[in-house]
Amino acid sequence: MTNTVTPEALTFECETGNYHTFCPISCVSWLYQKIEDSFFLVIGTKTCGYFLQNAMGVMIFAEPRYAMAELEEGDISAKLNDYDELKRLCLQIKRDRNPSVIVWIGTCTTEIIKMDLEGLAPKLESEIGIPIVVARANGLDYAFTQGEDTVLAAMAARCPKQVLEAEKEERAGIQKLLSFGRKKEEVAAEESEYVEHPPLVLFGSLPDPVVTQLTLELKKQGIKVSGWLPAKRYTELPVIEEGYYVSGLNPFLSRTATTLMRRRKCKLIGAPFPIGPDGSRAWIEKICSVFGIEPKGLAEREKQIWDNLEDYIQLIRGKSVFFMGDNLLEISLARFLIRCGMTCSEIGIPYMDKRYQKAELEMLEKTCQEMGATLPKIIEKPDNYNQIQRIYELKPDLVITGMAHANPLEARGINTKWSVEFTFAQIHGFTNARDILELVTRPLRRNHALKDLGWDKLVKEEANV
Amino acid sequence: MKLAYWMYAGPAHIGTLRVASSFKNVHAIMHAPLGDDYFNVMRSMLERERNYTPVTTSVVDRNVLARGSQEKVVDNIIRKDNEEAPDLIVLTPTCTSSILQEDLENFVERAQIDAKGDVMLADVNHYRVNELQAADSTLQQIVKYYIEKAKKKGELPEGKTEKPSVNIIGVSTLGFHNQHDCTELKRLMADLGIEINEVIPESASVHNLKNLPRAWFNLTPYRELGIMTAKYLESEFGTPYIDITPMGVVETARCIRKIQQVVNAQGANVDYEEFIDNQTLHVSQAAWFSRSIDCQNLTGKKVVVFGDNTHAAALTKILAREMGVHVVWAGTYCKYDAEWFREQVSEYCDEVLITEDNGEIGDAIARVEPAAIFGTQMERHVGKRLNIPCGVIAAPIHIQNFPIGYKPFMGYEGTNQIADLVYNSFTLGMEDHLLEIFGGHDTKEVITKSISADSDLNWTKEAKAELNKVPGFVRGKVKRNTEKFARERGFEQISLEVMYAAKEAVGA
Ligand code: SF4
Repeated sequence: MTNTVTPEALTFECETGNYHTFCPISCVSWLYQKIEDSFFLVIGTKTCGYFLQNAMGVMIFAEPRYAMAELEEGDISAKLNDYDELKRLCLQIKRDRNPSVIVWIGTCTTEIIKMDLEGLAPKLESEIGIPIVVARANGLDYAFTQGEDTVLAAMAARCPKQVLEAEKEERAGIQKLLSFGRKKEEVAAEESEYVEHPPLVLFGSLPDPVVTQLTLELKKQGIKVSGWLPAKRYTELPVIEEGYYVSGLNPFLSRTATTLMRRRKCKLIGAPFPIGPDGSRAWIEKICSVFGIEPKGLAEREKQIWDNLEDYIQLIRGKSVFFMGDNLLEISLARFLIRCGMTCSEIGIPYMDKRYQKAELEMLEKTCQEMGATLPKIIEKPDNYNQIQRIYELKPDLVITGMAHANPLEARGINTKWSVEFTFAQIHGFTNARDILELVTRPLRRNHALKDLGWDKLVKEEANV
Repeated sequence: MKLAYWMYAGPAHIGTLRVASSFKNVHAIMHAPLGDDYFNVMRSMLERERNYTPVTTSVVDRNVLARGSQEKVVDNIIRKDNEEAPDLIVLTPTCTSSILQEDLENFVERAQIDAKGDVMLADVNHYRVNELQAADSTLQQIVKYYIEKAKKKGELPEGKTEKPSVNIIGVSTLGFHNQHDCTELKRLMADLGIEINEVIPESASVHNLKNLPRAWFNLTPYRELGIMTAKYLESEFGTPYIDITPMGVVETARCIRKIQQVVNAQGANVDYEEFIDNQTLHVSQAAWFSRSIDCQNLTGKKVVVFGDNTHAAALTKILAREMGVHVVWAGTYCKYDAEWFREQVSEYCDEVLITEDNGEIGDAIARVEPAAIFGTQMERHVGKRLNIPCGVIAAPIHIQNFPIGYKPFMGYEGTNQIADLVYNSFTLGMEDHLLEIFGGHDTKEVITKSISADSDLNWTKEAKAELNKVPGFVRGKVKRNTEKFARERGFEQISLEVMYAAKEAVGA
């Protein structure tokens, strides 16, 4: 490349925080599906219920294991006793659903009226005999995916410390079940496929197929995943002992990481996140290097994935992307897209933990340098109104944004991708790199198909008064 | 505390936002935590709005909790006033502001000093009213504000319009088929020779509100939204209002006769009988439909009806009175207005059900085993589970209930639409039933068709389990592509690894 861009450092700015995002209680919608024996009780108002009901769409009709404990005027004025009320509802849940854990989600209202959920939970837990985990995933403090972070941080405290002998049997039982039909030698042989290394626990809620894919990916390097936080069932939460290694799968899990380090005395492997083939390779390499393992075949693997992405990359190479910011995946996605040859001038993000995302930020910087791209501005707590003015000026080829702005931008001839889809699609690991580009290129492919119709701008010019 | 899985009417601020954002050039600022602007998503998605929803948030966060939100709210109002020069900014309280008990009224007064547009605080309490009640009172509040303003300035126009005219009150954004109803009502008024004075709040300008008194009468087609405004205008200016929903052949005629009576009382001299006759017999197909053999087959069929007051009451009457269908029970979730509902439907159904508890409704449906359900999206899903067809007649609704095609529920075209809706629900149900009796058209599972019988490939247990996790409609394709991939590379067994490799290579 002939043009030498003098790389400055990444710049960070903070705007007004007037942006659109989902309330963090939305994590209920994917976590209740992930943790199969859980029940999520959101202690809040009609506002919270209305949001969940509409955001979850059709899922709500599939008898979700979630409900609102809807606060009424008597609860606010403390005419009613919180403990008695919660006990009544939790007993009803126990009777109807018999879950292995009830997760209480604290909301803005419980914060403001200072309902002591953390204090009430242990008392009630021992009275009704079901673990109660408290997560304060409210809109006063957090945005969207950070909800999962608050829940997993609370769960981290519940992971067993040491396997009890009796339980060991039981857990082995599960192992046996998994290796059902295979001969003893095969299982033993499988054990020998792993390199000796300290136990590694991964954290972050991912769909089961992705869990399998990433586990297999590490297995190829001889690395054994001892457990995942969260597991499929609350009763299968992984053992976490002092000195274990942990690694995060998602960029929004900084509280969980902190809890694992401070309270469970784990060692955090700070790596870029396995999003895109570049991120996936860097993530595996980092884990290998921590364990002193020479990674095998990663370069070829990465190259092969890139080769298979070429048809999609052709569509976006040289195009520009703008992240309005609402789910904290923005840095990793931008890094991947810049590696695909896109340019990015602005990355909006609700909250930027420079320590937890350190490796990812470094990789972003390095990627920009290697691709000869200008370094993006990272805008924490963005202001959507200002962003829209900047979008009008910059005319990016693609804006990744929330649903509130997507249709209005499209009507003004600007391609958009709905950001929330990245949180629900499978985007981790080598295997799913194509899915990310499938999402990113969809608006471009669609609008390409329509381009000769001359219907770009579908709003009447507003009279400038 | 109440254990709730589903709610029919939203929180109060949604009602205020629906009314405020229906007006042209009115901006609502919510006093709320980050994440409560979900209204914008709904409006943008369901209504497929091309314009930005004129709703922003003055965010309540930790700082606000510590120091109060005075400066922030005032700044946000003034900023919006500068940026977009709205005619009116409506500060909208939420559940959070209800408990913070800040003096929002005072912030509004402060902001008004600097703002060029008008600023007001929506007078709604989260814990006392729901979405529908809040919408009704916000509309009245805005109308009253501008009438009083005009009065003070001496700008209130004198007298009535020359020809008979009407205000249509209550058409709003995110209302069930509101846009289509509005077009149909305008058409109906044109046919009757009645001028439209104003339609509010949808697409109305607040500057025109002072003209409301010029109408000869007000029409409030929806029970939930507009009556408070109509009553206010009646008490202030003596303008009569008509609250007969023109939905169904009989009710549309009743509404028109009432219009006739009201305008004639003010000196017009109209006779609509011939019009009603002509429309009923020749334009609307509904009367003929009632007479046709199709409809004969519906006689005595059992149905249940559930929804908001307006639609559940109208549908109950149509089904029972105009189609001879047996309405076992009719219900509403408008508990606060239950008496009205009882009065409307009692003679047309066996039983009246007033509840907001979707469990109770589900049980009541299961108990009755109706041939069809007419309800909201929630009842549609109950129907799915019980294998009973459902026609959706009221909010809460999904995107498919915002059709692009012209589908009013009101007026004469509305009667046609309703006839289709009812008839299709029943025939679908019958078809299903017949299919079951005769064993269906096609009982083969699609996936088996795509596997050649002599497949030499063998799927491991894990891979097969993984395959089963793939959604049904693409599973066949994934399977075929994976096998093709495996064959090309000479794999005999398809393991998880092979499956993922195939996905990476060919996107299988
Ligand atoms: S922002 Fe607060 S009040 Fe609003 S839905 Fe979220 S938790 Fe509930």
